[in-house]
Amino acid sequence: MKKYSAFYGVPYIIWLILFVIAPLVLIAYQSFFTIGGQMSWANYQTYFHSGTYLRMTLNSIWYAFVITLLTLVISYPTAYILNQTRHKQLWLLLIILPTWINLLLKAYAFIGIFSQNGAINHFLRFIGIGPQQLLFTNTSFVLVAAYIEIPFMILPIFNAIAELNPSLINASRDLGATNWQTFSKVIFPLTLNGVKTGIQTVFIPSLSLFMLTRLIGGNKVITLGTAIEQHFLVTQNWGMGSTIGVVLILAMVLIMFVTGERRKRGGDK
Amino acid sequence: MKRLISFALAILAVCALLVLGSSQLRAANGVKADHKLTLYNWGDYIDPALLKKFQKETGYQVQIETFDSNEAMFTKIKQGGTNYDLAVPSDYMIQKMRRAHLLKPIDHKRLQGLQQLNPRFLNQSFDRGNHYSLPYFWGTLGIVYNDQMIASQAIQHWQDLWSPKLRNQLMLVDSARDIMGMALITQGKSVNTTNQADLEQAKKKLQRLMPNVKAIVADEIKMYMAQNEAAAAVTWSGEAAEMMANNKHLHYVVPSEGSNLWFDNFVIPKTAKHYQAIYAFLNFMLKPENAAQNAAYVGYATPNQGAQHLLPASISNDHQFYPNDKVLARLQVYADLGQKMIGVYNDKFLEFKMYPR
Repeated sequence: MKKYSAFYGVPYIIWLILFVIAPLVLIAYQSFFTIGGQMSWANYQTYFHSGTYLRMTLNSIWYAFVITLLTLVISYPTAYILNQTRHKQLWLLLIILPTWINLLLKAYAFIGIFSQNGAINHFLRFIGIGPQQLLFTNTSFVLVAAYIEIPFMILPIFNAIAELNPSLINASRDLGATNWQTFSKVIFPLTLNGVKTGIQTVFIPSLSLFMLTRLIGGNKVITLGTAIEQHFLVTQNWGMGSTIGVVLILAMVLIMFVTGERRKRGGDK
Repeated sequence: MKRLISFALAILAVCALLVLGSSQLRAANGVKADHKLTLYNWGDYIDPALLKKFQKETGYQVQIETFDSNEAMFTKIKQGGTNYDLAVPSDYMIQKMRRAHLLKPIDHKRLQGLQQLNPRFLNQSFDRGNHYSLPYFWGTLGIVYNDQMIASQAIQHWQDLWSPKLRNQLMLVDSARDIMGMALITQGKSVNTTNQADLEQAKKKLQRLMPNVKAIVADEIKMYMAQNEAAAAVTWSGEAAEMMANNKHLHYVVPSEGSNLWFDNFVIPKTAKHYQAIYAFLNFMLKPENAAQNAAYVGYATPNQGAQHLLPASISNDHQFYPNDKVLARLQVYADLGQKMIGVYNDKFLEFKMYPR
């Protein structure tokens, strides 16, 4: 039996080596080459000594943080209310539905909505406020990014809440806890894993959004993703692009570590 | 488990049917396996009606694959695994591809109608003698403005873009060479400068432009300008032509102090296989009537003299797109500066984009 199971594992191992480990190793390897082709730490030195990249990193982290926070604030109540509804699978499907549409198409739809002659500005004109500059603002960028990430936040939270045993909530009420106490002492801690997963799946991609920064942000928001795109496609400085990639991967590992489950040592008795 | 297997089988069956269907469709279109030509082109950069005509005349079917930047194209051809027969890179990229040994020479003896091409656009610095490339379209970098938002005399030169009147009203094309080049020209420098001090000055100059910059975008500029989203934009002539077709209030101006003159040329990448089809296609595109039809569709300027005569006078006499000799003489062509220098240009451009406003 044991022999067979090892045999069945081979395709997965090959898959992992080819598509997970090899690319990571390649990125790390590339990051040591300068634009001239010499092997050195120069790219990392540039990264950590140039104000441009550090500012870009801070920018990216800040925007990713705002996007994640906004998504969380919207998603948690949504997931909670969804669980109370009768046809929750249907509602869930409706929330997931937009993820089937290509990201670019959604971005273009938002351009139509936000533009000078778009739906929102028509409405603002109608109620007498007059047209506003909506596109190419930080707010519109954060809103659209949050819109795109929301399903990825709702799903894990929804699942966590669905798994919650309702008798625990009843018990908490029976013991005289207020609604807020029930939420903060029982519901939230028990669904924290869903929240953590949601944050992971939203924060990391948000760090390196690049199409949206151009289409919605008009390149007025510059994230690390923009720099990677530029280094690979325009400058063809693959080394520097990889260096930024490595920094992003390390950031990802860090976030996984902070938000991930830690085995409790000793365990509570 | 049983359901899972039947589900998987159903998907496989559907896939098999689709493959069969598409190959049937292709056979029905009369495509023989080796009777084709793969053209690697910019998006929407050839009149589809011409491809049908070409297939009718010669029997070769043209497959088009598209790229959106010279660099992406370069990477793809260099990495191999592709089978492009013809590609359409721009000037400096031709030089770079030649240096990287990615191009096959063009046999002039197999070409008919080479004399149709305006000698002005041949024998350029990036390919002396045109051994590797034939001009397909050419154009300029310039300013598009909306006459409802800004008076035409207020925007004739690059320097006018820095005017406080254009506050938050200017769109720039997201291209390091072009925007840095524009700043260099305002300072009387060459667009191919490798002098660090000049580049630093150009970056500083651009940073002063930032309050006017509404967005730094790519293809979307066409849509935004046509929808009156901004008063002015820095972009290429062909893009401008397309915008102007959609909005009567837009005009294009090539600043008389100079600008960039660029070329998109046909080249034969080293991956080419179907040489018969390649030369049939090049000769087909050299014919004035075809080149004229294509120029009318695409909107860029054709280097084909015969075609220029066939175009309506309203197009071929339009100084916005066919500038007079005096302006033409001041235009500069980009040279391949080598990767390191391009890196410097891009870093400066990135620093400009990062500049707070």
